Amino acid sequence: MKVILHRRYRFSAAHRLHQPGWSPEENRRVYGKCANEHGHGHNYVLDVAVTGPVDPSTGMVTNLADLDTYVGSHILDEFDHVYLNEQVPAFRSLVPTAENICRVVYDRLRAYPHARLAAVGLEETGANSFEYAGEFREND
Amino acid sequence: MVYLTRKVEFSASHLYHNPDFSPEENRRIFGKCNNPHGHGHNYVLEVTIAGEPDPRTGMVLDLKELKDILQREILDRMDHRFLNYEVPELAGKIPTTETIAMTIWQLLEPRINNPGHRGQGRLHRVRLYETPDLFVDCIGNGQ
Repeated sequence: MKVILHRRYRFSAAHRLHQPGWSPEENRRVYGKCANEHGHGHNYVLDVAVTGPVDPSTGMVTNLADLDTYVGSHILDEFDHVYLNEQVPAFRSLVPTAENICRVVYDRLRAYPHARLAAVGLEETGANSFEYAGEFREND
Repeated sequence: MVYLTRKVEFSASHLYHNPDFSPEENRRIFGKCNNPHGHGHNYVLEVTIAGEPDPRTGMVLDLKELKDILQREILDRMDHRFLNYEVPELAGKIPTTETIAMTIWQLLEPRINNPGHRGQGRLHRVRLYETPDLFVDCIGNGQ
């Protein structure tokens, strides 16, 4: 049997969906209200799933304190209460849709040393959620 | 393949302590969960059964049977108990969410994957929430 531990985190951030190479009309047509030039924000819920053997001396896949510290320093410190397009370098050239946020988060957490990253989930609103476990590299 | 999920809740107390560790190590590794008097949670358990619906009944597994199995194997054992001391399957283990979920899997698997049942469903996933922000999935090998 495989054991997967899920931990949920929250961050609130602003973003704007906009491709600089497109005309204003094209951006509005594709991204609708999300192309508003001043941006808008969400309360994001991030689900980090890790897997691995359960250490019999602790009963744990990973110590939650280690995971919380790692997600805090690699994601939340930089993503919470910011304008993603302007303040997170990855999103200067990558449109910060929830799909792309998932991919960047996954890439940043893949080197977590205490367990294997299984997947990253992101709820942008209660109605929209996304999941990623793949090969994306932030700096390619 | 159709997946059927049933949800039940139970409330229980526990503490994390490994007698092989020093008191300082126990506090460092387990933090507040090392409090010797224990603390409790409202656990939410989701059990997912996978299978093809029986052509005669349209069911993956008879929900009434699943409800009885969950009552007998899990709730009667764990609800309103101190998990470290009152659940023999957890004796001597650290009752983390991982450990409880694995124990639940081991208790349910032989009962659910039983050809005597109405329906051919097999245990697919055990998901145990300790809080809304912390949960563990156990998934069968090869699934």
